Amino acid sequence: MSADFLYGIEVVINGLMAGVLYALVALGFVLIFKASGIFNYAQGVMALFAALTLVGIMEGQVPFSHLINAIFGTDLHYFGWTVPALLAIAVTVVIMIFFAWAVQKFVFRHLVGQEPIILFMATIGLAFFLEGVGDLMWGSDIRTIGLGLPQGGSLWIEEATASLGGDDFYGFFLDKLDILATAVAAVLVAALVAFSQYTKQGRAMRAVADDHQAALSVGISLDFIWILVWSIAGFVALVAGVLWGVKSGVQFSLSLIALKALPVLMLGGFTSIPGAIVGGLIIGVGEKLFEYLVGPLVGGATENWFAYVLALIFLVFRPQGLFGEKIIERV
Amino acid sequence: MLDSGEQSVETLLEVNNIEVIYNHVILVLKGVSLTVPKGGITALLGGNGAGKTTTLKAISNLLHSERGEVTKGSIEYRGEPVADSSPSELVKKGVIQVMEGRHCFEHLTIEENLMTGAYTRRDGGAAADLEMVYNYFPRLKERRKSQAGYTSGGEQQMCAIGRALMSRPETILLDEPSMGLAPQLVEEIFGIVKNLNEKEGVSFLLAEQNTNVALRFAHHGYILESGRVVMEGPAAELRENPDVKEFYLGMSDEGRKSFRDVRSYRRRKRWLS
Repeated sequence: MSADFLYGIEVVINGLMAGVLYALVALGFVLIFKASGIFNYAQGVMALFAALTLVGIMEGQVPFSHLINAIFGTDLHYFGWTVPALLAIAVTVVIMIFFAWAVQKFVFRHLVGQEPIILFMATIGLAFFLEGVGDLMWGSDIRTIGLGLPQGGSLWIEEATASLGGDDFYGFFLDKLDILATAVAAVLVAALVAFSQYTKQGRAMRAVADDHQAALSVGISLDFIWILVWSIAGFVALVAGVLWGVKSGVQFSLSLIALKALPVLMLGGFTSIPGAIVGGLIIGVGEKLFEYLVGPLVGGATENWFAYVLALIFLVFRPQGLFGEKIIERV
Repeated sequence: MLDSGEQSVETLLEVNNIEVIYNHVILVLKGVSLTVPKGGITALLGGNGAGKTTTLKAISNLLHSERGEVTKGSIEYRGEPVADSSPSELVKKGVIQVMEGRHCFEHLTIEENLMTGAYTRRDGGAAADLEMVYNYFPRLKERRKSQAGYTSGGEQQMCAIGRALMSRPETILLDEPSMGLAPQLVEEIFGIVKNLNEKEGVSFLLAEQNTNVALRFAHHGYILESGRVVMEGPAAELRENPDVKEFYLGMSDEGRKSFRDVRSYRRRKRWLS
């Protein structure tokens, strides 16, 4: 096999793995949109906030230290301990559940029955609010996540595949972190699908997604389901935040990955979990492959816009996305 | 299941002079009172916009999510005030509503739809009750793996009633089960309602525009007009009442009349009851 072809395959594999990360962010959007019709603009900020919280807890940072120091004239910054990763993740999950509860209790409970655009605006407000709280709690420095996740190229795969090509092929270069992210995302998605298909609460979640009034009428508490959905979205945000955070550091720009999720959603459909996955993969692969094949001809940097153009084309020809909920119409 | 001695029968639901306002301004119910006895089928009749659905939603408390509010009067279930109970609390107490227009969960299968009805139950008897529902609605068993959105209107209505049954209710508030169904199917569904009433002892409060069918199956009837109860009585009496015959059943003893001769409101109005 020619080296060019093999490098092409490598690009595709790397694209798939980048796509998984896009899919993870998109998944958070889909969960909330499906269950409550809310397009949650704050999903990206939730990922940032979750990652920040995780780092802060692990490093034993004092939350709101700037505020406390300014008011009481103290000089607190760190508790002086470090928290093991698993415990820190558990605490972060609890915080995200609390956040879900607060969002439902203080924002969306009061907006039941309002227009979608009003709900959307509320999530924009929520995004800015959460960003501010994140800053105030943990400071605005760029942080690195010390979870000890493997990083760098996988030599093992490189060596094992080097013999496939000729002298000018040195084997596939795959980032260990990408491989891990793919595995994590696969497990997460499988768990989510199993939860929504085979459990009572999952069934209730789908029922709420279909018809709020009917769900109420059989005694399903919308409040509870929405808190559940926001909690799950919070957890997904945490996973996405950590994986992206390990890659590029935990910083404000993390919240912009939400923008990368938009084309994924347009491609996959706003209401489909498989759609989010496949959409993410298509965008990931398409982006990398386009950069590899066409990029050199147009001067590169196509990754910045390729996804959006692809999404635009989809909007024109298939507005509900690849897997958008089938609109059931009986004749 | 109800015999002639209606007076001695235990009252399940008592609605006392309620007023409902939508959006803080639109007065929809202007003092509606009614009682639902245990083991009976009570019909709530009247034309479009008379307030039947609103009355049912006021009882099941689904009004809240539509910006409606009970501003006066009281609603009691087994003597307990329930005007502030959430729909989910009411379902646990045994009152469940089957909404107008079926409202099945379209993307869930028939069986999953039925299982959502057992959401509030903790007793683990749902599997056995699924069989009970399939006994009453054999058609649902045939279609249990199909998405509810792709089943026929009659099957969806059966699914909606079956779903309510899964909560093991004492009282079902059934809103317009005949809507959009062929007469034969309407008979079939009302037959099942009667069966459920007699064999499972479920009490029904039935809102219906199809006065003819409703009065044949119900024990007692209320007629609503513009948010007020204008007439009530045992179904057999209402069926024979000349006003009801003329206005709701489209029959008249006097033969065809000129429209000029029809005095529009001969009915006795009851402002408070």
